[in-house]
Amino acid sequence: MSRSALVARLAILGLLVAFLVAPQAFAPVFAPLNEYGAPAIYDQGDLLELALSHLWLVLIAAAASTVVAVALGIFVTRPAGAQFLPLSRTLVNVGQTFPPVAVLAVAVPLVGFGQAPTLIALFAYGLLPIFENTIAGLESCPPPVLEAADGLGMNAWQRLRQVELPLAVPLIMEGVRLSLVINVGTATIGSTVAARGLGEVIIAGLLSNNAAFVLQGGLVTALMAILLYDGMRLLEQRYLPTSRN
Amino acid sequence: MQRIDRLGVLLSFSGALALTLLPLVVFKANRIVPGEPRALLDLVPTAALALYFTLAVAAAVAVFIQSPRIRLLTALIGIAALAIAVASAADILTPAGNRVVRVAPGAGFWIVLIALGLLATDALTRLRPGPVLRVATLVVFLAATLAALGSGFFDDLSIMREYAVNATRFAHEAQRHLLLALGSLGAAVIVALPLGVLCHRQPRLRNAVLGVLNVVQTIPSIALFGILMAPLAAMALAFPALAALGLSGIGAAPAAIALFLYSLLPIVGNTVVGLGRVSPAAVDAARGMGLTAGQILRQIELPLALPTILTGIRIVLVQNIGLVTIAALIGGGGFGAFVFQGIGQTAIDLVLLGAIPTVVLAFSASVVLDALTDLTRRVPR
Repeated sequence: MSRSALVARLAILGLLVAFLVAPQAFAPVFAPLNEYGAPAIYDQGDLLELALSHLWLVLIAAAASTVVAVALGIFVTRPAGAQFLPLSRTLVNVGQTFPPVAVLAVAVPLVGFGQAPTLIALFAYGLLPIFENTIAGLESCPPPVLEAADGLGMNAWQRLRQVELPLAVPLIMEGVRLSLVINVGTATIGSTVAARGLGEVIIAGLLSNNAAFVLQGGLVTALMAILLYDGMRLLEQRYLPTSRN
Repeated sequence: MQRIDRLGVLLSFSGALALTLLPLVVFKANRIVPGEPRALLDLVPTAALALYFTLAVAAAVAVFIQSPRIRLLTALIGIAALAIAVASAADILTPAGNRVVRVAPGAGFWIVLIALGLLATDALTRLRPGPVLRVATLVVFLAATLAALGSGFFDDLSIMREYAVNATRFAHEAQRHLLLALGSLGAAVIVALPLGVLCHRQPRLRNAVLGVLNVVQTIPSIALFGILMAPLAAMALAFPALAALGLSGIGAAPAAIALFLYSLLPIVGNTVVGLGRVSPAAVDAARGMGLTAGQILRQIELPLALPTILTGIRIVLVQNIGLVTIAALIGGGGFGAFVFQGIGQTAIDLVLLGAIPTVVLAFSASVVLDALTDLTRRVPR
């Protein structure tokens, strides 16, 4: 990332934090959107708390789906799991056609209202990109490299740990980033089933015809998604050797 | 030669576990209360025994038989037996003329159905059907399902009850759903294709356009729907002619515009990628033959990029069909109306009445467009 792009991201981050900590200072910006003196800043809850709860929900779901998806991806690309590979590919394709609302709606009768159905929907929805990219990453290791690893006398576990996974990491991380961005947006729908998050702000705006609420809920969510994506990429380039290029 | 199929073992084990621990049928005194499990064997002994026998055979086939055709056939027979057993239980449990009680498939039913569905899917995947055969299979499967549902045999099941109550609205919402998803896709193709070609020619424009569209993609859908409501309402107020055409702040207009905006990125992006992959040699050869720039674009570049562009269109259509459900929140209609109404009333049957057709629609769209992509890839170059 170039220096100017980095500065721009930091500026956006600063603006976002400033808005969440002291939203009333931004009231003049949003006030023109509303008529008849309707509140310009969300007043039915603490924006910072909602944003953190939103982020927390997304991160927990993403962590769980990363662990499960990477483990499954490794399993189906080993000889022991080879019989599951064709089905896994089809499931990845079919699963992506499931609308998030449907996943959410089906989870509600199972676990009730609140955070739980949202977590399940985010988890299930986040699995696919990571699983898909884990398989793609592991399968893209060049055969000569694998043969060299065998030639060095590595056993299957060593080969996976020291050769295949490091080579697959850039693709796997891309899947994680993708699923994070999708989930930051999807989590807003969770508010229709009473999960605490920024969707609350948007839905309050829809219900009371308050465009300022809708806009601030949407903007905070979008900025969070963008910053999360770029932040992850920055961390990868710094700490994961195979991601540097 | 491996004797035991591990996937078959997993599926049979999950199915058997679900059958012993979870109910196949639940009985509800009305549509909102939680159901109480009922034993299938007490209700319809013959159908239940036939079902258990069929499932045992399916499990044996899944574990020991490798032939995909036989596996597919047993899985389909299993699904039919499952549906028939549960429907006859519903028939027995429902007092004649009673419109209040609900007999719903239980958790056991859904898990066994998923296990059988996975078995069938796996068999189909291993058969590697060509694009035409895939679409034909889909059409036959949909037709058989619709015929079965239309026969009246399943009318006592809870979801069909919910459908019977909402039949006219269902047709209306289905039409609305398709119109919104396809209309916004059509508009997006008209705009995004030329935009993609321009972006391919102008790298600076490409970065700007893709950057903006990437940001649009991160705006959560309910927010984008909401953000568009205010300016549209203002426009309708300022220009009565537009309002007379049906433009208003709530309803289909903001939904259609938001879907259109979300549709742009995948199509523009894939057009740029597809055109970028066209080999320069092909373009050079065409130029050498004296083709004009317009002819090269129409006869060489676009046909070669078509599979990639169609992939983008598939992504958009599947995504739109899912997103239209959310449009129901702002009065846009579509199957989402049932979903959110069902969530509001905690009536799961109503939720499923909205969710299942959405999934089927998205899945069908994906199969058809995938087949189209494969067909265009096979055009001799």
